Amino acid sequence: MTVTKPPPAPALLTGRVLRSRSGRLSVRAHPRSLVVGGVLVVVVLVVAVLMLVTGDYPATVGEVVRTVFGDGPPGLELIVNRFRMPRILVGIAVGVALGVSGAIFQSLSRNPLGSPDIIGFTTGSATGALLVILVFRDTMSGTAGGAIAGGVVTSLVVYMLAFKRGVSGFRLILIGIGVSAMLASVNAFLLSRATLRDAQNAQLWLVGSLNARGWQHVVPVWTAIAALLPIAVVLGKRMMMLEMGDEAAAARGVPVERSRLALLLTAVGLTAVATAAAGPVGFVALAAPQVARRLTGSTGAGLLPAALTGAALLTAADLAGQRLIAPTQLPVGLTTGAIGGLYLAVLLGREWRKGRS
Amino acid sequence: MTPGTAPAPAPVAAPVDGTPIRRGRLSTRAGGLLLTVLVLVLVCGLSLAVGARSLELGSVWGLLWHDDGSEAAYIVRDLRFPRTVVGLMVGVALGLAGALMQALTRNPLADPGLLGVEIGASTAVVAAISFFGITSAGGYVWFALIGAGVASVAVYLLGSTGRSATPERMVLAGAAISAVLGAFVAGTLLLDARAFDRFRFWAIGSLTGRDLTIVEQVGPFILVGVIVAFALTGPLNALALGDDTGRALGARVGATRLTGAIAVALLCGAATAAAGPIGFVGLTVPHVARMITGPDHRWVLPYTVVLAPVLVVGADVVGRVLVRPGELEVGIVMAFVGAPVFIALCRRRRIAQL
Repeated sequence: MTVTKPPPAPALLTGRVLRSRSGRLSVRAHPRSLVVGGVLVVVVLVVAVLMLVTGDYPATVGEVVRTVFGDGPPGLELIVNRFRMPRILVGIAVGVALGVSGAIFQSLSRNPLGSPDIIGFTTGSATGALLVILVFRDTMSGTAGGAIAGGVVTSLVVYMLAFKRGVSGFRLILIGIGVSAMLASVNAFLLSRATLRDAQNAQLWLVGSLNARGWQHVVPVWTAIAALLPIAVVLGKRMMMLEMGDEAAAARGVPVERSRLALLLTAVGLTAVATAAAGPVGFVALAAPQVARRLTGSTGAGLLPAALTGAALLTAADLAGQRLIAPTQLPVGLTTGAIGGLYLAVLLGREWRKGRS
Repeated sequence: MTPGTAPAPAPVAAPVDGTPIRRGRLSTRAGGLLLTVLVLVLVCGLSLAVGARSLELGSVWGLLWHDDGSEAAYIVRDLRFPRTVVGLMVGVALGLAGALMQALTRNPLADPGLLGVEIGASTAVVAAISFFGITSAGGYVWFALIGAGVASVAVYLLGSTGRSATPERMVLAGAAISAVLGAFVAGTLLLDARAFDRFRFWAIGSLTGRDLTIVEQVGPFILVGVIVAFALTGPLNALALGDDTGRALGARVGATRLTGAIAVALLCGAATAAAGPIGFVGLTVPHVARMITGPDHRWVLPYTVVLAPVLVVGADVVGRVLVRPGELEVGIVMAFVGAPVFIALCRRRRIAQL
């Protein structure tokens, strides 16, 4: 026997490799991830169908399907195509964006608490939005613009403050903490000095909501996702290398600082898209990668599983917010925290029992 | 190592036995500590003297001991003295809680609120306002304490059960429970405008209108927390090397984590009950202390205990001066005074990692 067995693959790369006959094309498949991904897609679809058929104007699945293809009862036409459909599509996009950006931030900071918060994006966007709402007294569209501007400017400031012959992950985290703390106190100050009515409006925006989203929101969000998601997936390989440490990654030919900046920009872009569409929806970016990792049983934060988990979490939370204590509509940012938090708690509890047996 | 990245991210070993890393550092550290104590005394004096009506430091000292019935005596003895004491207590408690939490979880993002303590207190205060109609800072205290206790027990049970409590599980459990309770708080505030109106002022964090009964109520909890924290310095240094190494050095990992978590809950719960959720101190002061001393907890904890109240009481004084005769809440000023200093320190110094 001259054939030596290949050494066992490191834990980072699990699954089996499928190759084309010539060996030029190969793809690594992780069976459990594929199954989990399929299940998550089904969950999103089921939730979407449920959201299409329930509401103040209930309909059957058949009616909804016919309506989508332009052949339904006239009243339903308006409700399904104008109100329910865009809301679902925006929700899925926001979930995908937050899941992916959370996975990137957690990988870059090598910290399970990593999320757009660590670079100050969330607090910065809240400050921008509060300024627009409370000081310039502008409308919803202005609020989204203010939020994006606030978030992006804050992220850039944090990155530049942390830059000193390269950015160390640790310094980035610490400076993010400092800047966020400052902006958070600005936010508290603005809220306490505004009239109660204004403060309540602002608070509603700060929670994050998908109410009254139309096609004018769907198109830009999905365009941005279509542009940013492939970039994130391509950069994902370098991200895995970076997780092994800067030196190891550099030794394998990864340009460390440039890759890190590209990943940060992609993640900030995705967060900005989500924030513009739904406000600062909390907890999805933190929970989705963690939940995805536990569902797929993989070691790293896979970008696509995190994206699908984010979409499932967000749409399910939106459905719950609409139906839980109807007719009162809870904003989605509230139910993501409740449902995501409970689900993460259940997962942690299950892990514990497995560890015991 | 790539040129330009942070120096030496390898696990920084704290000396577990008594040898300092470099000889001669001991006297420098002790001297520095003495200097910060002097600064603290000065800041407390200013806190008694400065305000809408400024008094001379000399007369303040006399008034503190002899109540001559004048208006100045009332201001010093009944208004400024209690809030200085509360500021001192809150600073000590939050700073220590932060240092403990970061050491226990070995996570630089860990703040004392992470165990669910702050959000538990907030939840109970929201419930007190919304369901029981309680409106005074003194009335919130017991609610906040109980809420903090219940939430931190829940987080600890979820995060630490099983064969071993890894820091990551604790952190995630805290985040999960904080999210659920945060949703409850946000929901109640959205549906109840009156509660929102009161809560937004409590949530800033303030020392205004606190009297000595609050000190009596929360003081004992903080005292116990401080004693427990200082008793843990040895095991914490051992745990900083990792669970396995720590165990090999004789530290009892599980017991240390549990005691530490109890101390954090006591300290942070009591501080939140007294002054509202103040986030910045616990998160950043331990980092500053580590920048000065390195990772040895026998020095980090004392420095934190002195530096944190300097920040809290100092920020309270600045808040009184800035918009005289009005006031800015301590939570707001603190972030504005503290954050730029913190950022500058992070840029300039070699950061001691956890």
